[in-house]
Amino acid sequence: MREILKGNETLAYAVSQAKVDFIPVFPITPQTSIIEALAEHVQEGRMDAYYVPMESEHSVMAACIGSVSTGVRTFTATSGQGLVYMHELLHWTSGSRLPMVMGVVNRALAPGWNIWMDQTDTISQRDTGWMQIYVTNHQEVYDHLFIAYRIAEKVLLPVMVILDAFFLSHTMGELQVEETAKISAFLPDKPDIPFAVDFDNPRMLGSLTAPDEYMEYRYGIEHAFEEAKRHLPEIYAEFEKEFGRKYKIIESYEAEDAQVLIFLSGTLYETAYKTVNVLREAGIKAGIAKVRFLRPFFTEEIRALAAGRTQIIVFDRNFSFGKNGVFADEIKAALYGMDIPLQSVIAGLGGRDVTANTMAEVVRKTLRGELPEIYWEGEIYE
Amino acid sequence: MNNKNCVNPRLNPGHSACAGCGGSIAMNLASRHFPEKTVMVNVASCWTVIGGAAPYRTLNFPSIHCAFASGAATATGVVYGLLARGDADSRVITWAGDGGTFDIGIQALSGAIERNLPFTYICYDNEAYMNTGIQRSSATPLFAETMTTPGQNFKHQSKKDFMEILIAHDIPYAATASIAYPEDLEMKVKKAMAVKGASVLHIFSSCPTGQGFAEKYSIKVARLAVESGVFPLYEYEARHYRINHEPTFEGLDTYITMQSRFKNMGSEEIAQIKANLEYKWKILKRKEKIYNED
Repeated sequence: MREILKGNETLAYAVSQAKVDFIPVFPITPQTSIIEALAEHVQEGRMDAYYVPMESEHSVMAACIGSVSTGVRTFTATSGQGLVYMHELLHWTSGSRLPMVMGVVNRALAPGWNIWMDQTDTISQRDTGWMQIYVTNHQEVYDHLFIAYRIAEKVLLPVMVILDAFFLSHTMGELQVEETAKISAFLPDKPDIPFAVDFDNPRMLGSLTAPDEYMEYRYGIEHAFEEAKRHLPEIYAEFEKEFGRKYKIIESYEAEDAQVLIFLSGTLYETAYKTVNVLREAGIKAGIAKVRFLRPFFTEEIRALAAGRTQIIVFDRNFSFGKNGVFADEIKAALYGMDIPLQSVIAGLGGRDVTANTMAEVVRKTLRGELPEIYWEGEIYE
Repeated sequence: MNNKNCVNPRLNPGHSACAGCGGSIAMNLASRHFPEKTVMVNVASCWTVIGGAAPYRTLNFPSIHCAFASGAATATGVVYGLLARGDADSRVITWAGDGGTFDIGIQALSGAIERNLPFTYICYDNEAYMNTGIQRSSATPLFAETMTTPGQNFKHQSKKDFMEILIAHDIPYAATASIAYPEDLEMKVKKAMAVKGASVLHIFSSCPTGQGFAEKYSIKVARLAVESGVFPLYEYEARHYRINHEPTFEGLDTYITMQSRFKNMGSEEIAQIKANLEYKWKILKRKEKIYNED
């Protein structure tokens, strides 16, 4: 069935079909319409879940840890300040090997007080052991909620499905939604967590762990990420078979013969289709590639795609102070030894608009060698 | 699952508490009356360590260690998870010290009891952050020394009135209890477990290590705390106050001089404690009377 929904409503709609049993919530702009839509789904009987408004995001994540520890499928959503308030417990969720999915609408971190699009909130959590999936259009939002639960529960890791503030969360888009019965066939009824609360076989979870054992737990998390890299293409193949939509680990447009390859994440990728068309009309062989997964990071796939190009450009809507935009930093590291010039572009922080033509101009300036190694688009150079 | 060889089958023999630990006595007494299906949420505190380092386990029921601030919030998730599993007869018990209850954990506790979450929250109160080496909490009494309130910088603030905070939430059941009054404690644990909503117990748990007395005096110190009037034993149940034990109001001087945390108290401070006690009991008795005037 074709539907037209806002990004946030799309995610909530998918959750309502995913046999989620517990939804603890705390509002924050611009994710709030996700949890409000879920309140309505529950109240109108379209989903059978315990929906519990709580007193803070930190408490929300604690409740998620509690419920997933009993073996129950759990969902919540947050943004910006809310996400970083959960920080301590993000480590706890992954460290406890608890599979769950959280929707995150990227929002700029204060101060200045800014509710608009910026990736620094999720980027700053990249070390917490959560998988991070940056989606760019409404169909991708919908499909990846189910894919996220599949991979989370397969390898026992928590997963973030990440949307751009306003550009995706609050815009309407067309998508294909599936019958709940078909979704049910794709998703197991409940997660299978071997150490979930069991009255006949009591366990103490998370007790004191000495130096001679702790490292093995951490290696276990990394092993799960390696397994995730293995299983994601399999899950994508199964998804295509069930629903007819094909996803690749890295999507691209006009990349096959591109000399200039531009890596993007979030809705900037969608905008950049026009950028590529404009550049190609002017004779510049540009192509774009979408980095959907920040964690796990698909180094081999990125190297394979970058091979043979004469120029790489990476757009970041985030920054790691004292170093670089993080997608650029990670892609640069991935391309170690390949000796291809890489231009880092910082654009659109705090929701500042980035047009297709702006991006095209950045590409032209890059090719003319006019830009510093890390270029802040829109900054005035003195 | 129970250990049939032990007096208290809910606990395996052995734990790593200090000798004379009031918190271990509190668990021993309280856990005898936990329901068959109990899940405990262990908040960061001495009991993070007491119940055994992996792979050892003192508790014979499922338990989940949680981050310091999150005791009641983690319990919220466990409660709803169990309900989603179709389990309506288990009890979730958050077990926390005074630090994780009065201070860092108070946001989550307030939220859980405001929602009337069906669970029991038990605070074993040794009146400081003991597991991290004796630092002051808002449960530390007036004039007590700790490592962060040393010497003449002893605590200049009174102990937070925890029961009043709970009562302000219109909680169905809350009670103070003491390791020196086991029958009273037992009665209260049973009541707390049966509440179809939130219940909170505040158990005075003396600590030889942090309060500064020989291990053999743990029960004596706890008894003196009650008999001197410092720690009233009372319940708040269905919107009524009930004082469970009329103290003799004797032994305050002994209570104070027995504990080296009070060693810097002079006669002025002791007089102020006496005055505060008189005021507290006057108000408590008035409240019991007024709330019974239906």
